[in-house]
Amino acid sequence: MTSRSLLVSRLDSPRVLGYLLVAPAAVLLLGLLAYPLFLGIWLSTTSATLGKAGTFVGFSNYATILADPTFRGAAFYSVFYTVFAELGKLVLGLALALLVNQRFRGYRSARSLMLLPWVAPTVLSALAWLWLLDPQFSALSWLLVKLHLIGENVDFLGHPWNARITLIVVNIWRGLPYFAIGYLAGLQGISKDLYEAAAIDGASGWRQFRSITWPLLLPITTILVAFSSIFTLTDFQLIWTITRGGPTDATQVFTTLAYQRAITGGQLGEGAAIAISPIVFMVVLAYFVVRSVRDR
Amino acid sequence: MSHPDRRRFLELSAAGIGGAALAGGLPALAYAADASPFKPEKGASLQLLRWTGFVKNDDIIWLANTKKFEAATGVKVEIQSLSWPDVTPKAALAAQVGSGPDIIMGWNDDPFVYPDKLVDMSDLVDHMGKAHGGLYDNARSYCYDTDVKRWVAFPVGCTGNAVNYRKTWAKEAGFNEFPKDLDGMLKLARALKKNGHPIGFALGHAVGDANSWTHWILWAFGGKQANPDNSIAINSAETVHALEYAKQLHETMIPGVAGWLDPNNNQAFLAGQISMTMNGISIWYVAKDSSPAIFADMANAVPPAGPVKTPTVSNNFTSAFIFKYSKYPNAAKEYLRYMLDTAQATEWVTGMRGYVTPALKGYSELPIWTSDANITPYRDALAHAKYDGYNGRPGKAAAQALDEFVIVDMFADVCINNMSPKDAAKKAEQKLATIYKRA
Repeated sequence: MTSRSLLVSRLDSPRVLGYLLVAPAAVLLLGLLAYPLFLGIWLSTTSATLGKAGTFVGFSNYATILADPTFRGAAFYSVFYTVFAELGKLVLGLALALLVNQRFRGYRSARSLMLLPWVAPTVLSALAWLWLLDPQFSALSWLLVKLHLIGENVDFLGHPWNARITLIVVNIWRGLPYFAIGYLAGLQGISKDLYEAAAIDGASGWRQFRSITWPLLLPITTILVAFSSIFTLTDFQLIWTITRGGPTDATQVFTTLAYQRAITGGQLGEGAAIAISPIVFMVVLAYFVVRSVRDR
Repeated sequence: MSHPDRRRFLELSAAGIGGAALAGGLPALAYAADASPFKPEKGASLQLLRWTGFVKNDDIIWLANTKKFEAATGVKVEIQSLSWPDVTPKAALAAQVGSGPDIIMGWNDDPFVYPDKLVDMSDLVDHMGKAHGGLYDNARSYCYDTDVKRWVAFPVGCTGNAVNYRKTWAKEAGFNEFPKDLDGMLKLARALKKNGHPIGFALGHAVGDANSWTHWILWAFGGKQANPDNSIAINSAETVHALEYAKQLHETMIPGVAGWLDPNNNQAFLAGQISMTMNGISIWYVAKDSSPAIFADMANAVPPAGPVKTPTVSNNFTSAFIFKYSKYPNAAKEYLRYMLDTAQATEWVTGMRGYVTPALKGYSELPIWTSDANITPYRDALAHAKYDGYNGRPGKAAAQALDEFVIVDMFADVCINNMSPKDAAKKAEQKLATIYKRA
């Protein structure tokens, strides 16, 4: 057997070819995802500071951050931010998908336009929002004042709860297209026959939604919510650009606090522990994604 | 304040380069290489990371002087500029990976976060201090690391802070001159508010502007973050008085200051929305170009003194540090020596019209500082300055407390969260105790 035919026969083997095809992706995943993740976990168990490797300290960094009210506040707002942003994106994304799933004049353009918040660079859109939310020069406040709906500018970012809610609204605006486009794909996969049959049986629009649309959209909902929750829980740019975690640490989240403590403060070990701590939530979300994909 | 003797400064200037070189006319004369103790390594080239100037002439003159240095020494210098808050994380990254720019011009306590990674600058500091009338105390606070017991950075200077206000509105409020004490300033602020001209000081996580005014008020009442042995001192009667004052001052402010980041006070002042703020001199220059009417009506003043009776200013201090991974530490020191030597620094400071107040006292004699009464308050910014973490040891703990906005948030807790001053001081004490323990 010539060397060429030997090579061909080896490549014909599914096991060899399979491993070869998977290898580049595996190397990338191991190098760019697994290595930083395990390095982060390792760092979180050390007393490392910037430029110093530190020593193994076990779970001491975790004990320290759990006793830290700033971390507990950041953990609270991270979860609050994620839960309410996801709820908002789910409801509004589904409504938007149902709307653009209709055939109306310009529906193709509407579908394209709806993606804009998602494709715009996050920092740019955050800067645009910073202007829109400015306590003195906000176009939103100006409009509401002109419409005589309010008497003076809204202080979107100057009070803890205003700032917390405002950031959730901005996150919903940014992530809405992800849900809308996902649901649109899901809606288009539902057979029209089902709706026709239901209509013949006299089912109302709400009943059709409740008994056909929503159940058939559940698998895609799981995937959308899970992936989006991971993005939201690890959101950094929007918050850092708009509030830097203020006022009074009210909008501090895992990522901003980890950055502040590890990079500008130099406490790598503790910063890594803060960054790693949401991994518990992420593992749960990843489990649902994997299970949902398998079920399909 | 005491300034170095003018005659001594002029002698030093003349000995170094001569008047023609001062004007930039004879750059070759300006390079007194033989007199310098720092000999660049053969084939040296440098990378400098610095902050982008808020004043156009800053970048232009710094680059022109760098070109002169290149021509005189043959050492190429590549300059990378970043927005000022982005320098700190970039410097941290360089410290961590052990690779990057040879020299970084960073901020405040940056060098104290990774002192082991930095070249000993004691010889350069000693040389320049002797040649230029000594250094302000603040330079030592930000560049001499008491843990490793050496100068880990070369003190360049500060972008000083002063109070900026509208003269006409102050006169309408009954103040022909800016008050010299905090009681007077509160009266002025109340009168301005009554006349429909609120004041505005940043109280969000604004790295420069929120830290500057809150520290000024804290120190003006005698409040201290820590004691010299680094025990926490924030929970004191002086701090409580400072917070009570701030609460009253906040009531005269435009709504929304707790959401302000660094650009907001500039924008509001230049739009005529507020009558008073605290800022670097850049706000005055921007007004000159963009808002001539406001420029004509604005003035800059030394921040009024509180019960401690002397001005207490918080500035953004900038220093240059060389990483040990640099192959050319001597070239880097020579570059810094050259850039801050009389000919170059005179041109730089004069061209910026006082945007950076040099840490070398000799430069306080430059004519630019008295060429306009609105520039003079910035000359004295370092003479009146205290340092982050005052009155504790400068270092990692103070740096982290500043990064975490402990003082700013203590003020904001009182002003916007309706927390009592005592509770806010206690909360800050707990935060500081955690930070100082881990640092």
